[in-house]
Amino acid sequence: MSQGIGAAVKRKEDKRFTTGKGKYTDDIRMENQAYAAFVRSPHAHARVNNMDTSAAEAMDGVIAILNGAELTGDGIGNIICGWAITSKDGSPMNMGAWSALATEKTRYVGDAVAIVIAETNAQARAAAEAVEIDYEELPVAASLAAALADGAPQIHENAPGNIVYDWEIGENDATEAALADAAHITEMDITNNRLSPNPMEPRSAVAIYDDAEDHYTLYTTSQNPHVARLVLSAFYNVAPEHKLRVIAPDVGGGFGSKIYIYPEEIACLWASMKTNRSVKWTSDRTEAFLTDAHGRDHVTKARMGFDQDGRIVGFKVSTKANFGAYMSLFSSAVPTYLYATLLSGTYNIPNIYCEVLGVYTNTVPVDAYRGAGRPEASYLVERMIETAARELGKDPADLRNINFIREFPHQTPVIMNYDSGDFEGNMRQAMVAADWAGFGARKAESAMRGKLRGIGMSCYIEACGIAPSAAVGSLGAGVGLWESAEVRMNPVGTIEVLTGSHSHGQGHETTFAQVVADRFGVPIDTVQIVHGDTDKVQFGMGTYGSRSGPVGMSAIVKALDKLEVKIRKLAAHLLEASEADIVIEDGQVKVDGTNKVLAWHEVGLAAYTGHNLPEGMEPGLKEGAFYDPLNFTFPMGCFICEVEVDPQTGKTEILKFVASDDFGTIINPMIVEGQVHGGIAQGVGQAMLEEVRYSEDGQQLSASYMDYAMPRADDLPDFDVLHHSTPCTTNPLGMKGCGEAGAIGTPPAVINAITDAIGNNDLSMPATPAKVWAALNSAKVAAE
Amino acid sequence: MDLTGSRKIAAPRADVWNAILSADCLKACVPGCTEMSGSPETGFEATVVQKVGPVKATFVGLVRLSDMVPPKSLTLDGEGKGGAAGFARGGARVHLEEDGDCTVLHYHVEAKVGGKLAQLGSRIIDGFAKKMADQFFANLQVEIEGPDDIASPAQKKKGWLNRLVS
Repeated sequence: MSQGIGAAVKRKEDKRFTTGKGKYTDDIRMENQAYAAFVRSPHAHARVNNMDTSAAEAMDGVIAILNGAELTGDGIGNIICGWAITSKDGSPMNMGAWSALATEKTRYVGDAVAIVIAETNAQARAAAEAVEIDYEELPVAASLAAALADGAPQIHENAPGNIVYDWEIGENDATEAALADAAHITEMDITNNRLSPNPMEPRSAVAIYDDAEDHYTLYTTSQNPHVARLVLSAFYNVAPEHKLRVIAPDVGGGFGSKIYIYPEEIACLWASMKTNRSVKWTSDRTEAFLTDAHGRDHVTKARMGFDQDGRIVGFKVSTKANFGAYMSLFSSAVPTYLYATLLSGTYNIPNIYCEVLGVYTNTVPVDAYRGAGRPEASYLVERMIETAARELGKDPADLRNINFIREFPHQTPVIMNYDSGDFEGNMRQAMVAADWAGFGARKAESAMRGKLRGIGMSCYIEACGIAPSAAVGSLGAGVGLWESAEVRMNPVGTIEVLTGSHSHGQGHETTFAQVVADRFGVPIDTVQIVHGDTDKVQFGMGTYGSRSGPVGMSAIVKALDKLEVKIRKLAAHLLEASEADIVIEDGQVKVDGTNKVLAWHEVGLAAYTGHNLPEGMEPGLKEGAFYDPLNFTFPMGCFICEVEVDPQTGKTEILKFVASDDFGTIINPMIVEGQVHGGIAQGVGQAMLEEVRYSEDGQQLSASYMDYAMPRADDLPDFDVLHHSTPCTTNPLGMKGCGEAGAIGTPPAVINAITDAIGNNDLSMPATPAKVWAALNSAKVAAE
Repeated sequence: MDLTGSRKIAAPRADVWNAILSADCLKACVPGCTEMSGSPETGFEATVVQKVGPVKATFVGLVRLSDMVPPKSLTLDGEGKGGAAGFARGGARVHLEEDGDCTVLHYHVEAKVGGKLAQLGSRIIDGFAKKMADQFFANLQVEIEGPDDIASPAQKKKGWLNRLVS
């Protein structure tokens, strides 16, 4: 059976993951290892007047207690946001200072003020509890409304009114004019709930300082170890890049939350140097809720105008985005270029205008979380069009269909240029699988049992494969977003692929090997994927934004192209044939139409012995490539959700869920299906269960699994996962990416289904039984 | 969270007033209080051991009295630091109303928690605070009136007022 592109081969990495043999950061044990614990602010906004560490320092096992003044005194730089956004008036964004250990003020509950190093984890934690801090509490703004209110407390001095930026995209006048002429306007207030990412493995760091070499090594739970090294060197001044090795070994899920370089990694590296000990820190689950960057948290007002035929004529959006207390690494891009550029959805919308107000609050920093901006856009667009269909008395599929984009490439009014897709084909396939036509009978049957049945659809589109470096550079990105690869063929014919992508659950060790198997016909067991170590891989931008397929694998393809050229040249020389007649298949190199053949290892051996090479050829078989994408890729699809609501309790059961996606070329359908399953589960979590809640004074009230509801198997039906693919036209394999689609397309489909069931469009996520019951009964009251 | 309530105590208003101002009485009344010292003028230092849901902690804090209008009304403010458990802060506005031979004690309590107490116990904190307040005022009633069961006059003497006058 083929192990190449399209083969559903089992994951190579699962043997170690399913037998407990994975090597995670917390599994690293150094001989001189000490443990770190952080002293964290219990107040959301407070001045740190005095810190008394005397009692803590006297405790057993305590090696050192270090604070922010010492950290900044040693020249460790403030934490940065890597994407510069410019406000409407041309002013730069207001980035407030963020020290890895707070110096004068703490700005959210969990803000670290000191690091305690001790011989054991328990000793470090006990001493951290014994540090006495005199906090002077300050007024708190724990929500968007509180931070924007008159007289709101000022969180950063350089951000008047707590405004990060006031940004816009699109044409306001043209959009207003289009809306003024519209035959119908749908107007909605939409809130996108705040989420905690909850990867299975909490964050962890082991920092190792070698005083003899003046060299640092950091094992860390990172999605992008090279970016971590770059930022730790260039901005945080921990060590120059050649004196800092960052290793992200097995990482148990990220969902975006492990892209960023957090205070803890910085403080551990610095503390390792200060104490000349290896320093380990592993977050517990409460710390994860308190310090891992949260996702979403938007409040939006939107108006969508339609002409008499139901064609969209204009879309105006005004969004307020909660940034939390500090600007995390990608935070500025998420509610701007990753959000507003997708507001055209799958529809031909001639006029779009969006303005976004970024706002500081006394909460955990907010950054990219599975989908990052695109779930917010998709939720808004798909709820608007569904609601419009209900207001206009049209079938929601018909209203979508008359607005679908059908010709490609398609330039939207908000930067993006869609290269491919068959939006109607996807929707029709999903409708058939969901038996859309038979819904009425099912609804009647539910009604006989006293239940309310609803059906909802979402035709999402997203932008993946981030991103063309020059394009994102012109929009403010601080880095290029290409990817690198190196392919080494060994003398015995086995192959190592070094990639700048990082696998933390995606299955790269299998899918990347399949690309090699597809090219040369070698078994995937003879291909090893090397990633996650800055000493092994030259550079890479890491894994997020569904980029490892479209960008990471494209770099591998480029490197394979170069390697194949050399193999052909070498084989032609050895087999005394023309290069044009060389055929590589089934792990052999042949001369077409003859019985001349080289076994795969004979090619490798010849290249490395160098005894008989074509004139001018260097020995060895190793080629590298950098791939810079030409465009974003645009995965899209149609999700249909069917629910039943119990009007007595408001409890919603998902009865059926169909996902029909266009991911372009699929390398491993089994892995893709797994990605879609996980994404849908997270989308259902956002739609029905999950929400981070703060009290008015900034205490996080949902900081454990007692209060933060994660989706469980019994919350979910069997998913019907289908594909309707059109290849991406801008990368060599035609891939679009699949990692985030489920989380992007699901929430609107679920909420559209529930609002259909209860007959009230005014329902916010998470649609808990209490909220659904209240919305159902307020709709009833309104009807009476 | 806010709590408002009242309790009728079978004692003259001045006696109730004095009871509230006594460190010994407060120690007996605050649930989980192991130490209480100080005076109405300087404030009271208190140590309280309590378990809120999964979090057990020793709170060390200061209770201050203010807005004192003897013998009618006063405000009590307390803040306890529970180390790793976080902090708890509460205030009670107390108003004493004469009702014949008895006194009606009206109270309005506000309580706030932070740190682990808030993160792990937010769902149960309101119920817990209500229980604490109920217990406090019930204890106060017992301290002033003596136990309900007054079969033995000796037991009655255990009440704070009786100890004071005997």
